[in-house]
Amino acid sequence: MNDMVRIQLQVNGANVEGTVEPRLTLADFLREHLDLTGTHLGCEHGVCGACTVLLNGDSVRACLMFAVQVDGADVVTVEGLAPEGALTDLQANFRRHHALQCGFCTPGMLTTAHAFLRECPCPSREEVREAISGNLCRCTGYIPIVDAILATAEARNDGGAQGAGEPK
Amino acid sequence: MERQEDFRFLTGRGCYVDDVRRPDMLHAVVIRSPMAHARILGIDASAALELPGVVAVITFADIRKFAKPIPQRTCPLPGMEKFLQVPLASDVVRYVGEPVAVVLADDRYVAEDAAEMVFVDYDSLDAVVDAHAAMAGGAVVHEQQGTNVASAYEVGRGDVARAFRDAHYTRKETFYVHRHSAVPLETRGLVAEWDPVAKHLKVWGAGKVPFANRAILADMLQLSPAAVDLIEVDVGGSFGVRGDFYPEDFLIPFASFHVGRPVKWIEDRRENLMATNHSREMHCELEIAVDAGGVITGMRGKVVADLGAYVRTNPGVMPGKGTQFLQGPYAIDHLGFEVRAVITNKTPAGTYRGPGRYESAFFRERLIDIAARELGIDPAEFRRRNLIRADQMPYDAGALVPGQPATVYDSGDFPAVFDRALAHFGFDDLTALNGRCVDGRWHGIGMACAPESTGGGPGEHARLELRHGGGFDLFVGSSSAGQGHETVMAQVLAESLGIPCEGIRVHHGSTTHLAQGFGAYHSRSAVMGGSAVVAVAQKMREALLARAGQLTGTPATSLKWDAGRVVREADGQTVATLAQLASGLPDCGPADHGLVGVSASFESNRLTYTFGVHLAHVSVDPATAQVRVEKYLCVEDVGRMINPMIVHGQTVGAAVQGLGGTFLDEFKYDESGQLITGTFADYLLPSSTDFENVDALTLELCPSPSNPLGVKGAGEGGIIGTGGALANAVSNALAQFGVSVTRLPMSLDNLARSLRQSRAGGTGVAR
Repeated sequence: MNDMVRIQLQVNGANVEGTVEPRLTLADFLREHLDLTGTHLGCEHGVCGACTVLLNGDSVRACLMFAVQVDGADVVTVEGLAPEGALTDLQANFRRHHALQCGFCTPGMLTTAHAFLRECPCPSREEVREAISGNLCRCTGYIPIVDAILATAEARNDGGAQGAGEPK
Repeated sequence: MERQEDFRFLTGRGCYVDDVRRPDMLHAVVIRSPMAHARILGIDASAALELPGVVAVITFADIRKFAKPIPQRTCPLPGMEKFLQVPLASDVVRYVGEPVAVVLADDRYVAEDAAEMVFVDYDSLDAVVDAHAAMAGGAVVHEQQGTNVASAYEVGRGDVARAFRDAHYTRKETFYVHRHSAVPLETRGLVAEWDPVAKHLKVWGAGKVPFANRAILADMLQLSPAAVDLIEVDVGGSFGVRGDFYPEDFLIPFASFHVGRPVKWIEDRRENLMATNHSREMHCELEIAVDAGGVITGMRGKVVADLGAYVRTNPGVMPGKGTQFLQGPYAIDHLGFEVRAVITNKTPAGTYRGPGRYESAFFRERLIDIAARELGIDPAEFRRRNLIRADQMPYDAGALVPGQPATVYDSGDFPAVFDRALAHFGFDDLTALNGRCVDGRWHGIGMACAPESTGGGPGEHARLELRHGGGFDLFVGSSSAGQGHETVMAQVLAESLGIPCEGIRVHHGSTTHLAQGFGAYHSRSAVMGGSAVVAVAQKMREALLARAGQLTGTPATSLKWDAGRVVREADGQTVATLAQLASGLPDCGPADHGLVGVSASFESNRLTYTFGVHLAHVSVDPATAQVRVEKYLCVEDVGRMINPMIVHGQTVGAAVQGLGGTFLDEFKYDESGQLITGTFADYLLPSSTDFENVDALTLELCPSPSNPLGVKGAGEGGIIGTGGALANAVSNALAQFGVSVTRLPMSLDNLARSLRQSRAGGTGVAR
């Protein structure tokens, strides 16, 4: 277990290097080694989705991946969705629609929704609900989250402002 | 108004307890019993201690000098004090998950490795997992007490025997609510740091009742309360379970005390499911007496609450309040209840959002529907005949909890709320669907009514500081678990002072900021915390008039406060703006006491009472027993709302949590007391595809007379009626199959079984 492995990757647009145990999860690497504590751990067995990050643009569960698996990859966490001090249109809509209460599931919801909207820019309500069905929220009842994601898609399709824009 | 706290949550800049890091910090892993009932013959930690990075393994021998039972905090019932939990098992374990030892290591991964290497020698004992079996004899969980009944009492009022003797109709039914709980998305955690030089302990990760927990912790560690700070960081949901004083709330600070280094413990999900309070499990045999006019004249019954293996800080709320609220919103003159709180070899229980209320609403509202059907009275009309009327307010519902005063509903127009709810739902049109099959699915409409006590006393405190630059730091004694208190408290202050919310920073829940506080429970923050803010704003106005008088040489008596500035009473001319009042103040941080600071409190032991109506339209596929919630509405009169968006969000969130609790969530045990739902693959929570058609309507009909804001608490009312309304809707949908739901959850398995039984000619009683 103590054979350390050297990894190199992009995180939120910056080059990152690390020397890690093979068993270190990506979530712990982000939180403990890079101090990116926006990625949350709610279950550590892949059900709750709080740890979701973007890996080469796709949403993945950081608790189910090892840091060594992301060597050479491009990772974006919730901290990298918008420039410091700004919100993306999706984040602003979460706020407007009261799509968060305790905020613990929110980073995973945002990253999941972010990847989903890129793949499916004109979703139906049903598609939005299915897209976030792997992310648990105990506070909101999901309805405002679905509203926020749909409102974002609609505004984008109407040519509305994209907030702070795409992640780095 | 959008929430102030959202920005940091949306950008990943919140600070939850696992985000707290201290220099030289150790990581703790709690070793828990794998057996429900066993004698500990020995613990061998030698192999674990040899692992590089392992610093200590703490067992009962280490804590012996400090070991004492964790006290109860709310609603202690007679006898319960004999079943309290000591933070680490000494010689006997009594539930799967009971703490047995704590491993401390430099790294979490190493601590978990070490935990696997600690050998605990157990001698298995017989376990008792069912409350009725526990009362009937067999295994005694606490051998020295000789009984598994922690508390047994009778309460009532009027002459219940006569009411039943004289009744036109009586109906008795036996009900059960399953064991489930809050399961917040953030698990519990603590970071404790003992400073041996300053002899001061800091603990991050407090929630719910930091001041009460500080008192318990300081007492257990033989420190003065002033030597202990409990610090509330961001909290990922509580719903009643987070922040009670658990064994770990002693063990982790003790560990830091023991080794002289900071210690972090973050519960994993499996631990959370087996170690954080469970709730709700209750049996009830309930009976009503009805006169010829359809008026309920009497109610009696037997309540059995399953507390699990130990009495923690507030399990008395379940049987106590569960019984108190059995009569609900109806004027019933004659009541009689036998209550028993029972110990079993399962995880200890505590409060979960709407504690006792969810259970009692299910029992009562289901029985009312059963009776209405048998009497041939429309269930809405039956309820209308019995609801407490506005002219009966305030209504004394009797004293039904030992040691507690009478329940007095403070205000409300229950029939008006009821009619508004039915109209908003479109009940009259939808009710035609009851029991009908449309496109292969059987439809049912159900309802439940429930009052809710809110605004728990005894008081709340606030401190307010005017800062350099003209901003305010507001410190409140109530805590937050993500409900939005930073925004709400800022709104109350802004309104009281006539200033914008911007520039108000709200600090909550930490014992560092205030001398005293009570916390977040019993839907009390807006009522008690908000009223304390009103009080502190009034004091600040007086302080600012005095300051303006000093600064300008004008007698304060000739001045008055007007929307963020001081004016001359005579002609309304501005004497000093907020910026002028703040000029010359030092630029000090939020934790400092400034030059213009005031403290105030609001005290009241008078509870506020909301009233809510839940309405459900479901359809059931009789082939698969799958229930679809076609439409769900929760209507509640909360007196007055401070932030409608937050109240609406709380209500819808609570309702969906209740829908999940009614259909999905369940802690299941096998006959040996093993918890067999130890992951999110087995313990099912609602997801975004389960319940999409849920809405809430909040009314401001009857402000509370007990506080200056007129508010009644919100946040729990949305869950209370869910079990009852849904069980009535499903029972109506499946009435022709002979299915009558008397047990929860209405899981796919349970409903399918009752449908199979009904087809096979059985009773069809849903279990």
